[in-house]
Amino acid sequence: MGDLAVTPLYDLHLELGAKMVPFAGYSMPVQYSAGVMKEHLHTRTQAGLFDVSHMGQVWIDGPSWESVALGFETLVPQDVLGLQDGRQRYGFFTNDAGGIEDDLMFARRGDRLFVVVNAACKHQDIARMKTGLPSDLVVTEVTDRALVALQGPKAENVLGVFHPKISETRFMDVFDVSVLGHTVWVSRSGYTGEDGFELSMPSDAATLICKALLADDAVEAIGLGARDSLRLEAGLCLYGHDINATTTPVEAGLKWAIQKSRRNAGSRAGGFPGSDTVLAQMDGNSIRTRIGLLPEGRAPMREGVALFATETSDTELGQVTSGGFGPSVQAPIAVGYVSSDHATIGQTLFGEVRGKRLPVTVTEMPFIPHTFKR
Amino acid sequence: MKYTEEHEWLLPEGDVVIVGITTHAAEQLGDVVFIELPEVGTEITKDEEIVVIESVKAASDILAPMDGEIVEVNTALEANPSAVNDDAEGEAWFFKMKPADPSEMDNLMDAAAYQAFIG
Repeated sequence: MGDLAVTPLYDLHLELGAKMVPFAGYSMPVQYSAGVMKEHLHTRTQAGLFDVSHMGQVWIDGPSWESVALGFETLVPQDVLGLQDGRQRYGFFTNDAGGIEDDLMFARRGDRLFVVVNAACKHQDIARMKTGLPSDLVVTEVTDRALVALQGPKAENVLGVFHPKISETRFMDVFDVSVLGHTVWVSRSGYTGEDGFELSMPSDAATLICKALLADDAVEAIGLGARDSLRLEAGLCLYGHDINATTTPVEAGLKWAIQKSRRNAGSRAGGFPGSDTVLAQMDGNSIRTRIGLLPEGRAPMREGVALFATETSDTELGQVTSGGFGPSVQAPIAVGYVSSDHATIGQTLFGEVRGKRLPVTVTEMPFIPHTFKR
Repeated sequence: MKYTEEHEWLLPEGDVVIVGITTHAAEQLGDVVFIELPEVGTEITKDEEIVVIESVKAASDILAPMDGEIVEVNTALEANPSAVNDDAEGEAWFFKMKPADPSEMDNLMDAAAYQAFIG
């Protein structure tokens, strides 16, 4: 595959009939023989198994939990110190302009922090942590473990075979499960809007463990194509598309991910890159806002479609940043940015597709309700 | 039945030609979710983009296989685009056209040549 890296599950993908494509420097399965639509719907009704081993897994160690947590808080606007042992949060690295450098998950395991970052950003993220964190913290990339996501309403039953108390865990819990004698680091989370788990497992046992999970009739292997349509329906941001170095958390509708302690008047307000800009926007308004869009016709509106207030207006309000067909919504759906004065739910805008202005309604996200076990 | 390098099939029916895309093309596209057909009466020029077809993955254009005029379109397809995945070379035809020069059909591939073309 030329210069492309492969994950520990590469041979299994081929065995399962995957169509492989280059993604973030890796050869990854975009779909299996069932195709994107069936894979998507299977995940929403049963359980889907996704290889996300291309993502970065990183440990941060230090002299104490306080030193690790407060160190990490200098890079992210989240409350890290307040995280309970065995719990995970969604977060993001910001830059000096308040833009988002990458989004991530971080979990407390005792006095350590376990961080999962996007594949395309992982090298720069690791460099950022190594240079940006206090010198008494140690950043270690995990290179000997695969990462897979098991998502969907049947995921709990499937993993429950290996962990009898699985039903006592809830969304964003992290814990260990022994699967076929191998220790799997589990978080009850994912990026499909469904209940489910992300499983970090030793690379040399990954094929064995995945085959054991796939042996359950409820589980099918799912490719990146359906992963994208699932996260789009769930209203979740795709880094490099819906959020990037020029979009702030407030513009992106991610205020909820900045806890009270880091906001103005909080006990540890600010202190992250771009905090002046981000906190000023939190208390006021941002110029543009990320919105959900429901095209009125059947034509999908994809990334790059320009949005206008009327059929004839010359002023572009913004663009679609992710869009396509929502297999569960059974209609086209899109996400984009517009100036905040055109972001009212229910408002009709126009997207320009192949030279034609087509009506689209500003709508709430997610497009499909989340089913997390909170 | 004749075939183009753009993966269309053409079936003569009297003095008109029925046009669709091949099963091979439909498989490559994946799940079709949107089709926009030309209007009846449109004069078309070979290689002009006349049909928009979108799958869950991407948008594609279907090019006019010959010069001529659109005489009928399969409007049922606009309401049920997934028919292309179920029966690309039958029920899911796109349009019927009256070719300006019916002899142009002779330059297209037959089934054996198309099979060799797609490998």
